[in-house]
Amino acid sequence: MLHETANGVYCPDGDFHLDPWHPVPRAVITHAHGDHARSGNAAYLCAAPCAPLLQRRFGPDTPIQALAYGDSLTLGDVRVSFHPAGHILGSAQVRVEGKAGVWVLAGDYKRAADATCTEFEPVTCDTFVTESTFGLPIYRWEQTATVIAEILDWWDVNRQKALTSVLFCYTIGKAQRLLTELGPRIDRPVFVHGMMIPMIDAYRAAGVVMAPTVPLIDKPRGTSFAGELVLAPPSARGTPWMRRLGELSDGLASGLMRVRGVRRQRAYDRGFVLSDHADWPALLQTITETGAGRVLTTHGHAEPLARFLKSQGLDSGVIRTAWEGEGGGDDSE
Amino acid sequence: MIRFATLFAAIDQTTSTNAKVEAMASYFAAAPPADAAWAVFFLTGRRLKRLVPGAAIREWTMTATGIEEWLLGECYAVVGDGAETAALILDQLPSTASESLSLADWVEGRILPLRHADAQSQQAHVLAWVRELTRWERLVLLKLLTGELRLGVSQTLVVRALAQTAALPATTMAARLMGEWTPGAAWFRSLLSDGVTADDLSRPYPFFLAAPIEHGKDVAQLLGDLAMWQLEWKWDGIRAQLVKRAGRVHLWSRGEELITDRFPEISDAAQSLPDGTVLDGEVLAFRAERPLAFSALQQRIGRQKQVARKARDIPVVFMAYDILEHRGRDVRANSLSVRRTLLEHYIASAPSDAGPSPGHEQLLPFDAPRDVGHRTLRVSPVLSGASVDDLARLRAESRTHGVEGLMIKRFDAAYGVGRKRGDWWKWKIDPFTIDAVLIYAQPGSGKRASLLTDYTFGLWDNGELVPVAKAYSGLTNEEIAEMDRWIRRHTAERFGPVRHVEPVQVFELGFEAIAKSARHRSGVAVRFPRMLRWRRDKPASEADTLDSLRSMIR
Ligand SMILES: [Zn+2]
Ligand SMILES: [Zn+2]
Repeated sequence: MLHETANGVYCPDGDFHLDPWHPVPRAVITHAHGDHARSGNAAYLCAAPCAPLLQRRFGPDTPIQALAYGDSLTLGDVRVSFHPAGHILGSAQVRVEGKAGVWVLAGDYKRAADATCTEFEPVTCDTFVTESTFGLPIYRWEQTATVIAEILDWWDVNRQKALTSVLFCYTIGKAQRLLTELGPRIDRPVFVHGMMIPMIDAYRAAGVVMAPTVPLIDKPRGTSFAGELVLAPPSARGTPWMRRLGELSDGLASGLMRVRGVRRQRAYDRGFVLSDHADWPALLQTITETGAGRVLTTHGHAEPLARFLKSQGLDSGVIRTAWEGEGGGDDSE
Repeated sequence: MIRFATLFAAIDQTTSTNAKVEAMASYFAAAPPADAAWAVFFLTGRRLKRLVPGAAIREWTMTATGIEEWLLGECYAVVGDGAETAALILDQLPSTASESLSLADWVEGRILPLRHADAQSQQAHVLAWVRELTRWERLVLLKLLTGELRLGVSQTLVVRALAQTAALPATTMAARLMGEWTPGAAWFRSLLSDGVTADDLSRPYPFFLAAPIEHGKDVAQLLGDLAMWQLEWKWDGIRAQLVKRAGRVHLWSRGEELITDRFPEISDAAQSLPDGTVLDGEVLAFRAERPLAFSALQQRIGRQKQVARKARDIPVVFMAYDILEHRGRDVRANSLSVRRTLLEHYIASAPSDAGPSPGHEQLLPFDAPRDVGHRTLRVSPVLSGASVDDLARLRAESRTHGVEGLMIKRFDAAYGVGRKRGDWWKWKIDPFTIDAVLIYAQPGSGKRASLLTDYTFGLWDNGELVPVAKAYSGLTNEEIAEMDRWIRRHTAERFGPVRHVEPVQVFELGFEAIAKSARHRSGVAVRFPRMLRWRRDKPASEADTLDSLRSMIR
């Protein structure tokens, strides 16, 4: 029912592509990250809360059709519906039902609580396409509250030393999740890099409550940020923009930081293991809950996860997509 | 243990050397002396030998979690560290709170006795211990067991932290940490004691530093009567003091680091010096009567393990230029002329190490496999120049002699402390160097075709990195391999074989000449660029600008 093509996953019975990486006539989009939603498609179909994020990215006139979670639409010979994936605001699993049974493409997902988006909902299916960004048993996430407490401790220590705390995180999802978690625990605004602002605004417009933010560019040259917390995208690291921040300690909030070597190689002072992807136990739990007899894995550690699932008696294989996950260099996750 | 694991984490989680020193100093101040002694043992890179092989840890991890070997292998490929892989996977075993044993209790009461247990009870013990510990403690325990515990601090930083804790000079502390010692509470107390210990005898003097003659200075006016000045080459090696007291030799670098073990041929040669001698000079990689590039010497510093092999491949000399202690007496207050006479007397009487007399050296082929009759202790020759023009000519010849320029020292000056202007000058060759950011990388050719070794570097121009130079050489094989791995993980975009990398890595580039160029986007062309140093200490944002490169065009 679904095929791998040069443009990504294609459904001939419904004549649409899923998260295509080149422009196509009809694109069904799981979520607004750059490695899933690309510009130039003739028509977009996505979950309702995803639509405003796509508009921010591609312009207000983008031809977007949005469906509420759970509602379905018939396209050709198949029925398509969106179900919460818990990854970022508006992220969805795509359920496709046709002659060949029920497929669910989960896109990116996580099972940990996240107040910025609707919680993941397991969907029963025959074939489940799962991400595998962190598909190895070394990846297990701590409670979010524990990680947030680590971030607050780090900020406190830096403030005592009059250092600026610069926390790098992706602009869509991670930044807003951090701001939401920090909100009730802090009594001062968080400074943000200019690239963060459009998506923070989009989340606020969607009703997500966050810590107050101040764009760094609003402050005159020479302003001291000693003792403050600044959120910035990883791509801003090492650019002249950093000169404004004075003496600083930096950290990255990402599941990649689970491995010391990765953090040390990138020379971050601190790594905060906070991910918007499923860890190993969550992947296995989810696969079981879908009841799927066939599981396809994509992105990151796709091969080991598929091999492991086979060893557990499931029909499993790897599917190639252009998804980058947190391993990607840009601001996609 | 929890305190030590916290120290491990604190050191691991900062790139600032000051923060590392601070973390160690507060640990030393708070920990019981017996624990602190073991901490010093591990911090200075010492290890517990032959405890548990890495294979056993893998085996036990599989037993405890049911994970198969191939999957463990996949995990290891990502983590790159056996103990950490095991600790991350064992994280699924819940931690049962228990009373925390001290580091000394762990090492002496549990870990060392494990050596005598059979494999089965080793496994039972270790898996039970793991359950008592938090994640960082588990990592530390597994690393202790496999002898892989490396805390990523240099000896210098440990010395600095201990010196700060004891309120003693760093040189005293470094000397006390030399040689054989057994960690224990009594030893740690004596390490911090303010009395004089036997180790204190190895101490060097503070180094006297030359001030630079800046570009455009009127040298004739600065120096006045040239007959008042002694001229020498400015060597490009490691500034060091060679100390011989009470039958023992110590070689100190200017960073107050003991480097005796790195250069055994120097300490052997120094045995011929009388007790109570301290020489100031330069360690140089040296072959066929001329210094090798500084990068050759760097290979002798890096790997302590391969000292013997490297010593064969890269011979070194100690090029002495001053004497600070003579027959146990501090002679620094004497004039340079007096000290020079003493120095020449000493080194002239030092015997040649082996082989034919020095007169035969010139007859050896240039690429002699071994430097027969290589004199390891030498005196830096005095050059002659009657006018400032002579000095300028000598300085211009520097590159052909493998030196960095001229040293100009007042004959009547005492050996001072620190950088006192007026008595010692260094007149370096004009350095063409810039700190540039790596922006593109592609595979090399021939033997290096599998590695990304051809780099393109950029400089900042209005917030953008503009390519200015390509360079292929100047890194060690280890550095090339490390960069290769880094580049593969940080490729932002690919154009065929060329990778556009994240702008993170900064290198100091040196080049021979610079000229305006319409063919280059940067508007300048540099000749023979090469990598001088990997500036791991420098963020990309602090690399040089295109303007600063343009200003070098004269
Ligand atoms: Zn993704
Ligand atoms: Zn995503």
